[in-house]
Amino acid sequence: MSRLAAGGRIDRTRPIRLTFNGTPYRGYEGDTLASALLANDVRVVARSVTYGRPRGVFSAGIEEPNALVQVGNDTMLRATQVELVDGLEAIGLNGRGRLSAEPDTGRYDKVYAYCEVLVIGGGRAGITAALEASQSGDRVILVDEQVELGGRLLGAGWNDWLETSLTALRSQPDVRLLTRATAFGQYDQNLVLVAQRRVDGGRLWQVRAKRVVIATGAHERPLIFANNDRPGIMLAGAARTYVNRYGVAPGKRAVIFTNNGSTDAGAADLKRAGIIVEAIVDVRAGDAVVDTGGDEEGLRSVVIAPLTGNGPRREVECDLLCVSGGFNPTLHLFSQAQGRLRYDEGLACFVPDAPPPNVAVVGAAAGDLAGRGQGTIMPYWVVPSDGREWSTHFVDLERDVTVADVRRALGTGMRSVEHVKRFTTVGTGSDQGKTAGINEAAVIATQLGQPIGAVGVTTFRPPYVPVSFGLMAGRNGGDLFDPIRVTAMHPWHVAHGAVFENVGQWKRPWYFPRHDEDMEAAVLRECKAAREGVAVTDASTLGKIDIQGPDAVEFLNRMYTNAFDTLKVGSCRYGLMCTVDGMVFDDGVVMHLDPDHWLATTTTGGAAAVLDWMEEWLQTEWSDLRVRLTSVTDHWADVAVVGPRSREVVAELFPKLAIDPQSFPFMAIREGETAGIPVRLHRITFSGELAYELWTPSWYGLALWEAVMAAGEPLGITPYGTETMHVLRAEKGYIICGQETDGTVTPQDLGMSWIVSKKKPFIGQRSHRRSDTARLDRKQLVGLLPVDGEQLLPEGAQLALQPNGAVPIKMVGHVTSSYRSAALGRTFALAMLQRGRERLGSTVYAPLNGHVVAATVTEPIFYDKENVRRDS
Amino acid sequence: MIAEAVRRSALAEYTERFAALSAADGGGLSIRELPFASQLNLRADPKDKGLMERFADVLGFALPIVPNTERSHEHRRALWLGPDEWLIVGSEGQQAAMEQELRNGLSGALGSIVDVSANRTVLEIGGPKARELLAHGVPIDIDVRSFGPGSCAQTLLAKAQVIVERRDESAFHLYVRSSCASYVASWILDAASDQRQV
Amino acid sequence: MLIPCPWCGEREEIEFKYGGSAEVNYPRDPEAVDDATWARFVFFRPNPKGKMTERWVHTAGCRRWFTVVRDTATHDITPA
Repeated sequence: MSRLAAGGRIDRTRPIRLTFNGTPYRGYEGDTLASALLANDVRVVARSVTYGRPRGVFSAGIEEPNALVQVGNDTMLRATQVELVDGLEAIGLNGRGRLSAEPDTGRYDKVYAYCEVLVIGGGRAGITAALEASQSGDRVILVDEQVELGGRLLGAGWNDWLETSLTALRSQPDVRLLTRATAFGQYDQNLVLVAQRRVDGGRLWQVRAKRVVIATGAHERPLIFANNDRPGIMLAGAARTYVNRYGVAPGKRAVIFTNNGSTDAGAADLKRAGIIVEAIVDVRAGDAVVDTGGDEEGLRSVVIAPLTGNGPRREVECDLLCVSGGFNPTLHLFSQAQGRLRYDEGLACFVPDAPPPNVAVVGAAAGDLAGRGQGTIMPYWVVPSDGREWSTHFVDLERDVTVADVRRALGTGMRSVEHVKRFTTVGTGSDQGKTAGINEAAVIATQLGQPIGAVGVTTFRPPYVPVSFGLMAGRNGGDLFDPIRVTAMHPWHVAHGAVFENVGQWKRPWYFPRHDEDMEAAVLRECKAAREGVAVTDASTLGKIDIQGPDAVEFLNRMYTNAFDTLKVGSCRYGLMCTVDGMVFDDGVVMHLDPDHWLATTTTGGAAAVLDWMEEWLQTEWSDLRVRLTSVTDHWADVAVVGPRSREVVAELFPKLAIDPQSFPFMAIREGETAGIPVRLHRITFSGELAYELWTPSWYGLALWEAVMAAGEPLGITPYGTETMHVLRAEKGYIICGQETDGTVTPQDLGMSWIVSKKKPFIGQRSHRRSDTARLDRKQLVGLLPVDGEQLLPEGAQLALQPNGAVPIKMVGHVTSSYRSAALGRTFALAMLQRGRERLGSTVYAPLNGHVVAATVTEPIFYDKENVRRDS
Repeated sequence: MIAEAVRRSALAEYTERFAALSAADGGGLSIRELPFASQLNLRADPKDKGLMERFADVLGFALPIVPNTERSHEHRRALWLGPDEWLIVGSEGQQAAMEQELRNGLSGALGSIVDVSANRTVLEIGGPKARELLAHGVPIDIDVRSFGPGSCAQTLLAKAQVIVERRDESAFHLYVRSSCASYVASWILDAASDQRQV
Repeated sequence: MLIPCPWCGEREEIEFKYGGSAEVNYPRDPEAVDDATWARFVFFRPNPKGKMTERWVHTAGCRRWFTVVRDTATHDITPA
């Protein structure tokens, strides 16, 4: 055991049991998995990704490239960050981690936070900055990735200052201290995303700060030499942290390899912990570690030689090699915020140049390395190999990238650090090359004989650490993935067994199966009722826009392809809308309620888009038009009563209303009241049958629906859903925007020239004259009757002119809608077909998987061509 | 009145769950629906001084012209929605009377008055934890120092468009479209359960 | 990005919808322009690296359209 008898910030009164690779061990509260493994002399933690080499703990923090483990379903965790909890079961990774196929059951949460000052990093510099900022009453948020605040101070004995400072901070009401919270992305205008770990998941903080103070410290970097990856080789500062903070001796016999002054204090701490320091190899004194020896269990010895000349080499036995090549200010977030870096020759590292507005950098992150004790540093990067062999000089431990790989990249002619990164994959691991990146630049620089500052570093991109998709999704999963919108009648639909389909965000009844009906049987029954008796459907989801003002008619005329001058008060008219390119955009019914008061409906899916479109034109092009719009989509519920016997139901509900065809003609609007419920009635139809749309404020929607069902019960009134609605309108050849149209279809393509005014300007008019829009071989709306009336064409099926054409088969169109028809007793479809109107009566073919369906091209209408039933 | 008897508010199904949530947690959070408020959408030109004076007479207070603020007097309040748009809110059953009064005030000037009472429902969220709960889903700064009493805003709660109104130090009103109300309610119940975790 | 709505102040980007270049002028008389000119108006848009005058609409807020100048490389945004 390598646990020291005393010392460290672990709680020795709280032992913790864990297993690693199936073997039980003990640690203490306050340990990380890494410190507990070291305490238990577990030196081999994982195997490297490409070469399967044994690897051990390299660091004491977030920059760990070697000790990757899996805990439960979470893979590629750093053992140096895994908090020890009782019963922890971890396994060391053998190469790459594997994602679990099981659902993520973690609880994820999100919080939006605003503050005047966000301090990233809770070490000495960060705590100082937070204290300063908190004096003014500003809101301050301080985040730190570790379990407790203090950073490096947690291993360096500044406890008094830490205690007092934290007490002072905690006493301020507008200061928030977040631990286990890693700031992983800094975006425009000081948006910072912070991932906070919680026991069973995580919390994503989305912070907007007026000012950001980056106090992220500095990461130690290693020197590069042959076989520099064995278990037992670690960063010098990490060894010191294990001794001081965790009460663990990471080895018994140590060698220190350094080029700077930071290792002096570390050597003292190791000795005090009873570790024998066999040698201190200092590049400044002309010596280097040129190779290491070891086996499957890790480091056994190092080979030391002078840097120049032919002095003697010596091999020293050891089980711990502490390496320090200097320190890199941690500037990932700074760079993400578009901060520029410059290379400082004296410090031998990249430091911040001019910061972006409202961003400050303090402490070691700003290049103040006094606290690290770097002192005099001799810039040094790669120890040359014996005999020009570079394949065990590791540059990026996590990615198994060696100096040989970098030389190969340079040998192909690559010069840019970005190209070398992509060729070798250096810096692309889950550690994002925290101990490798600057070394990559240095290796390139030394190989090419260029200054490091000129070589530069690769672009830093979020996330700074791996972040799970679960955390980013937060609670927007399952039923909360997207808003589910429902109508006022929804409880009735649910209670009566409706099967639902999603129409945009709405849940709409798709069909209402009875007994054991499948969809096909239910739809045939519902269609039959609508065409022969009376049926009812919930049409509340349609978009509804209130339009008021003296210029309303002019506005409508410009928006729709058809004109509304002649539409009297108390009447409705169908309208079609195009975009500027002349393509059909949406359709609906326009109602003239009162002088200067209109209401336009839109498709369910188009409601928001149409209102936005209308407002765009009014605000940006037609600000002189005296008309005002208001969305009323959710204010009104709409019960559509449909079928030849619908008039009887309406008569029952509205005995005082004159509803004979002369008094209440097709497309008229009337007002009424039933059972105390105020209702506006519209004789509109989407089915082609006699039909009434009953509108009432949505508070009364359910009551009205129930009243209609009660009144229709003696007539066998049948509720129907969207599938039946689709079939009925298709039998009449009525298009659905988004089904027959896809943004590339004009009114003329649909055979709807009748609705395109020649007398007044409207949006899209000019584009109808474009040569491409006027092409004769465009796809046109047609009907299709499969030669075999039982065969159902799939929607989206491509159409060809030959049954067995040579591949590639020339496609001349596609099926847009396809159904079984109760009224026709057979299948039918609508399609867009090139030169469709010239091909009436001909046969087209839909090549499918393994067979071909033949169909006759017809006019796109199959039922009641004279509209007798609609107008009755 | 029969009409009142057959009304059903958008969150009628959530009454019990809201009550249970409000009872738990020792008074940190209270949630309830305020159903059937009268609501009218008013569009009018704020630069028309005469018009603004007429509306002030009708309402008993001047329409707020500072963006994202609201004004009230007794049972009537007006929330700023846009430079020429307000939501006028009153107690139950007042919508027809208010619409007529406002239409009289408009008297032919350019504008619109639309009854939108059933378009949105209103949620009251109160208690010391109210702000924190909303901060889980509202992307604007609703701290009392930035969004004090008298503030309102059209914004998002998770993925739904809402109007947030601060009523006092620890109470908010949320105006939610009727069709989205159960999504918002489900979200609130889920977020509230998360709040109780550390 | 934070987008500065002239009415509501700075709000998160998710509250807005992008409206493209503000320098696209609807021809006064569409019937008088030829197909090529019309096509340029309908289908072609500037795509500069650097400052761009562009439109946004505050969809989840006051629903007003407005114009800003945004540097497409740095995302600095100022009211137009």
